[in-house]
Amino acid sequence: MSDKPRKFKGGVHPNDSKALSASKPVQTAPLLEKYTVIIHQNIGAPPELVVKKGDLVKKGQLLAKATGFVSVPLHAPTSGTVTALEKCHGPTGLSVPAIEITADGKDEWGSPFEPITDWQNAEPAVLKQRVADAGIVGMGGAGFPSHVKLSPTKPVDTLILNGAECEPYLTADHRLMVEQTEDVLRGAAIFARILGLKTAIIGVEENKPDAIAKLKELAGKYNVTVQSLHVNYPQGAEKQLIYALTGREVPIGGLPMDVGCVVQNVASAAAVAEAVINGHPSIERITTVTGEPVVNPGNWRFRLGTPISKAIELAGGVKYQPAKLLLGGPMMGTAQNSLDVTVMKNTSGILLIPVEQVSQYTSEPCIRCGRCVEACPMDILPATISQAVENERFDWAEQLNVMACIECGSCSYICPSHRPLNQQFKRAKAEILAAKRNQQKK
Amino acid sequence: MTLIITAVLFTAGLGALLALVIGATAKAFAVEADARVETVTEMLPGVNCGGCGFAGCADFAKAIVEGRTIPSQCPVSNPENIKRIAEYLGITAGEKEKVFAVVRCAGSCAVTVRSPYNGIGDCRSAALVAGGAKGCDFGCIGFATCARACPFDAIEMRDGLAVVHPDLCTGCGKCVETCPKNLIILAPAAVDVHVYCNSPEKGALKLKVCKTACIACRKCVKAADSENQMTINGFLVATNYSNPPISDLVEKAKCPTKALRLATKHAAGAYEGVLK
Repeated sequence: MSDKPRKFKGGVHPNDSKALSASKPVQTAPLLEKYTVIIHQNIGAPPELVVKKGDLVKKGQLLAKATGFVSVPLHAPTSGTVTALEKCHGPTGLSVPAIEITADGKDEWGSPFEPITDWQNAEPAVLKQRVADAGIVGMGGAGFPSHVKLSPTKPVDTLILNGAECEPYLTADHRLMVEQTEDVLRGAAIFARILGLKTAIIGVEENKPDAIAKLKELAGKYNVTVQSLHVNYPQGAEKQLIYALTGREVPIGGLPMDVGCVVQNVASAAAVAEAVINGHPSIERITTVTGEPVVNPGNWRFRLGTPISKAIELAGGVKYQPAKLLLGGPMMGTAQNSLDVTVMKNTSGILLIPVEQVSQYTSEPCIRCGRCVEACPMDILPATISQAVENERFDWAEQLNVMACIECGSCSYICPSHRPLNQQFKRAKAEILAAKRNQQKK
Repeated sequence: MTLIITAVLFTAGLGALLALVIGATAKAFAVEADARVETVTEMLPGVNCGGCGFAGCADFAKAIVEGRTIPSQCPVSNPENIKRIAEYLGITAGEKEKVFAVVRCAGSCAVTVRSPYNGIGDCRSAALVAGGAKGCDFGCIGFATCARACPFDAIEMRDGLAVVHPDLCTGCGKCVETCPKNLIILAPAAVDVHVYCNSPEKGALKLKVCKTACIACRKCVKAADSENQMTINGFLVATNYSNPPISDLVEKAKCPTKALRLATKHAAGAYEGVLK
């Protein structure tokens, strides 16, 4: 593979604003008195509670067990007492069931898993079981169970590690790659061993030269290739990353394994290394707390269940009233209406946006300029689909492949008429899926 | 000159020939239509609301004439009109209970916690963004999707809340399926007492986001004439429509959050500004 940075078709170039926190080393957040752990943190079936109110739990103890193949268990972020099983504010704005743990301050490990120190020679099945038992999900944002991706039903020849971190503002993966380079690479090697592959590729955007240098220095030892990527949003989207690194196109409605690829996030890789080599389940993650209003933006290692309000407090609070609070980056992050939401396995960033950056737009009619078509990384026609959705012609939208939309928001970002394209496509996808579900019921 | 005459004659001849062809075809392939269908269609309201379960008034008229349904299935027509149709066709009108729509939420902007929202002004789109801008997960989102769907202008948007006017509502049910929160039910029009809350959450949680939530204090359940006039399900009370309470109940129960309301007074705006 050449050294030339690679890219995909389309995309947009928002100001990356990563300088706010890119040079800030990861700090470990101090222990809190209370953690409110949201039970359903993964895509797929929610795990089933195994503790009840009043139970004493140790750090890393199982709180909820997986209820199927596409489901992951949940572990206690610290030692203490289960004081409530109530609903709490979830990241989607709706109330979700959660476990409240009042810490005893000792932060004692329970009986963690047996460390597999000789992982280079361990059985792939044993390693895969560990990934599932440790509750590891895609930590880039989607929260898809990692062990499911490691069980492809089609032949796979390429393992890709996603270190693109294309969302503006976020630097959690960047700091992870700089500070825990070895862990990321070990995780990659473990993934490769599970899949029966010899090598892995790790793709990193060019705006993280220190991470690329650090990775290249150590990559040889673990048989990993480091490939730099153009700074182009959404470079970190699975299908775009595969195209940039291998030139293969995932078919519409298909999965990476259809083109012989498996993609895992770098943070998930580091979590796997921790689970295999040290025997610790997934109970913490690095999250960027950033935005212009934040006094001291930076990167922290938070336990699951840390309230957003505490995270912002740690960053020194705010200089002035922000206009918007997002979980994740500015392009795909979800707006929050409460500070009670807690850090989950897929919370990559906590972003506060000042009022001048929040567009209070009025949508104008489409001027058929085609900029959304150029920007769309999935090569669909946002302008035409938008027309279909406005007329509630969801059947037409489906014919135009709205289901292929990855909701990256590039079209809405580039649209000179400020049309809410992304929201329209979300609506269309929801309606089409609902119609399919209804049909199945009949 | 001859050129003009030729052209005129040719066109006239062609016209006459085609007229003959069309006339002959119309006779040969004529479809016999029941004249009664047209008359009944004209007697129906003609709003094509679909409340009868058919694809509009003409389809419904055809169904009546063919005996597949009865005239009283039309929720819009008044009883006299239905009787007229039945008499015209010489059939029985049948009976159907009059219903009207109830939006089971009273959370206007004045009494709920609300975040700014700048997306598509449609409830079904707004529901995908944090479940709507209002604090309650189960309440009216307030972007008038039901009001736009109503063929009779019976739903008024008042301070971010859909309010049904019982006198205008015909009970066609067009609004019911448009609500992403499934807030709208069709209740017997004879009943006036309704619980304007749909949240199954605990009382304290509801009160955090809405001042007019049903907190399941059971005051109305106790004040009712008989035990099962108001049914309680978890943390939410509802009117038992098969054994409804009389309108006095609202006065007697003294609902502390004013979630228990009379539909007519609610539409008239009698409860506005009551909660501070």
